[in-house]
Amino acid sequence: MRELSYAEAIREALRQEMQRDERVFIIGEDVGVYGGAFGVTLGLVEEFGEERVIDTPISELGVVGAMTGAALVGMRPVGEIMFMDFITLASEQLVNQAAKIHFMFGGKEKVPFVLRTPAGSGTGAAAQHSQSLENWFVHIPGLKVVMPSTPYDAKGLLIASIRDDNPVVFVEHKLLYKVRGPVPEEPYTIPLGTADVKREGRDLTVIATSIMVQRALQAATLLAEEGIEAEVIDPRTLKPLDKETIIRSVIKTGRVLIVHEACKTGGFGGELAAVIVESEAFDYLDAPVIRLAGRDIPIPYNRTLEYHTVPQVEDIVEAARRLAQGRV
Amino acid sequence: MANVSRLSLGQKRELLRQMYLIRAFEEKAEELYAMGKVHGTMHLSIGMEASAVGAIAALRPDDFILSTHRGHGHCIAKGADLNQMMAEFMGKETGTCRGRGGSMHIADPEKGNLGANGVVAGGIPIAVGVGLALKMQRRDQVVMCFFGDGAANTGAFHESLNMAAIWSLPVVFVCENNQYAMSFPVQKAFRIARISDRAAAYGMPGVTVDGNDILAVYAAAKEAVDRARAGGGPTLIENVTYRWRGHSKSDAGRYRTREEVEEWKRKCPIQRFRQRLIEEGALSPEEADRIRDEAYAAVEAAVAFAEASPEPALESIEEGVYA
Repeated sequence: MRELSYAEAIREALRQEMQRDERVFIIGEDVGVYGGAFGVTLGLVEEFGEERVIDTPISELGVVGAMTGAALVGMRPVGEIMFMDFITLASEQLVNQAAKIHFMFGGKEKVPFVLRTPAGSGTGAAAQHSQSLENWFVHIPGLKVVMPSTPYDAKGLLIASIRDDNPVVFVEHKLLYKVRGPVPEEPYTIPLGTADVKREGRDLTVIATSIMVQRALQAATLLAEEGIEAEVIDPRTLKPLDKETIIRSVIKTGRVLIVHEACKTGGFGGELAAVIVESEAFDYLDAPVIRLAGRDIPIPYNRTLEYHTVPQVEDIVEAARRLAQGRV
Repeated sequence: MANVSRLSLGQKRELLRQMYLIRAFEEKAEELYAMGKVHGTMHLSIGMEASAVGAIAALRPDDFILSTHRGHGHCIAKGADLNQMMAEFMGKETGTCRGRGGSMHIADPEKGNLGANGVVAGGIPIAVGVGLALKMQRRDQVVMCFFGDGAANTGAFHESLNMAAIWSLPVVFVCENNQYAMSFPVQKAFRIARISDRAAAYGMPGVTVDGNDILAVYAAAKEAVDRARAGGGPTLIENVTYRWRGHSKSDAGRYRTREEVEEWKRKCPIQRFRQRLIEEGALSPEEADRIRDEAYAAVEAAVAFAEASPEPALESIEEGVYA
């Protein structure tokens, strides 16, 4: 199959949905000729014009408000927040308005939009351009939260998100943009709320999100050389969450390692652990549920410190090995 | 005010009727609260009726509004079904929003009311999006966005007015300057005398009007609406008015004097318009009384409807979170 980068897969999803549905448009800072800070929307303004690829002033709150209002009268906006850190500036509209309108108004209105945003560390951009804030939005009823880890998933999940009738926070990882993988040319959807078993294994279940899926897969390859077979599960959407696939895997392996980049305290790993121990899988656990996550510190600038702030392949190997060998 | 003179007698009576309806609704709201029949809080616009009615009178039925936490008047003026609105206020399943929104979140999309708002300035960025969509869809509707003097000091106000201006969107911003952001007076919150002066900074027309003079409010709104509909972009209107009641039900009124409130009560927008119509010979005092009495009766009927309406079923509690 043809290969695309993660960024190209997202761009193709945007292009195909804009071709299919004239209600879909792009709005955000520097999404036009600049192509977005990471080049994801490059070329789209030439194809669809400034009216459907709208450059905005530096007004994150205004942008998400404009998306909300446009969605209320029949449009399907796809916004971009340049760095997930800046979603703080837009959170009033996202959390108090867009997320709640359908419920507050007794189901009479809906707010179909997608807010794309690059998250994560590893670029040396330090504390205000590197955060992974997805779990804040998982906590808000009315929002959906999507975190693709591969080009294939990025395209299918983005098309599904654009066609969804709810506000969706679509979290991309900056280090994934150049990762390549097979992507079908035709449009396709991956239903929100379906996890994916990225690798099958019998000894432990590694549940990872976003870039940690790629690292978990690399770790699984190394672990296999030691005879440890890790099953790697990617929830793909944090909300709605496919609990069934996770629980089924845990029942099979009896051991769970959760890996995410966001700070450990209050991160999504806590929710995953709780989902597991509240389920029938509890009786099948042979070891405590282990979380490997970002340290509870702002992302530091220094290259070495930054590297050691979030889980790396060797950290996953080490944690998985201990878990599989019953050393926890 | 050429366009004001074009209001027919029937239209003027309708404006008076709507103001009485709002007054009646809110007096009843207050009474129901005192009786313990509603809970939570509410924000009454008593004394500000001309701002809502006069501005919305300049809109077509298919135009949109964004309202505020003090939004009963906007909702009624935009044509809300009074029964459903009262039922919403009382948290009933038959309410405009199935009892999920309440006083602060009444929306009535069928009538073009895209919602009151519990957040000060929360509706302003949304209005920009509505205007953007209307322009993209090449529709000839406009959106009118209400907010208070307090909202004019938020970042949302700045971002939104700028965006509406640069894209020349069909949005009419109506700032209801009722003198206080909760307890904080405009004299302390602004170094400018007129909030509408800020319009110049965004490159849009701005006008300050006597918000208790319904015909002045209508005239300013009509001009702005016509301009927006013709593709001339947004306008900032400041309606100078006053809320007679406290900010909400928790207000002890420590920030203003009784004399000040009494002075503004003498500027009652309803009495003023009623008197004017009587003096013009457009209406007899008896006819005016009948309009008033019918408004109060309609509100009583709405209360009866709401009280007879069912509570939302507990089994439905998780409905409607996602579309």
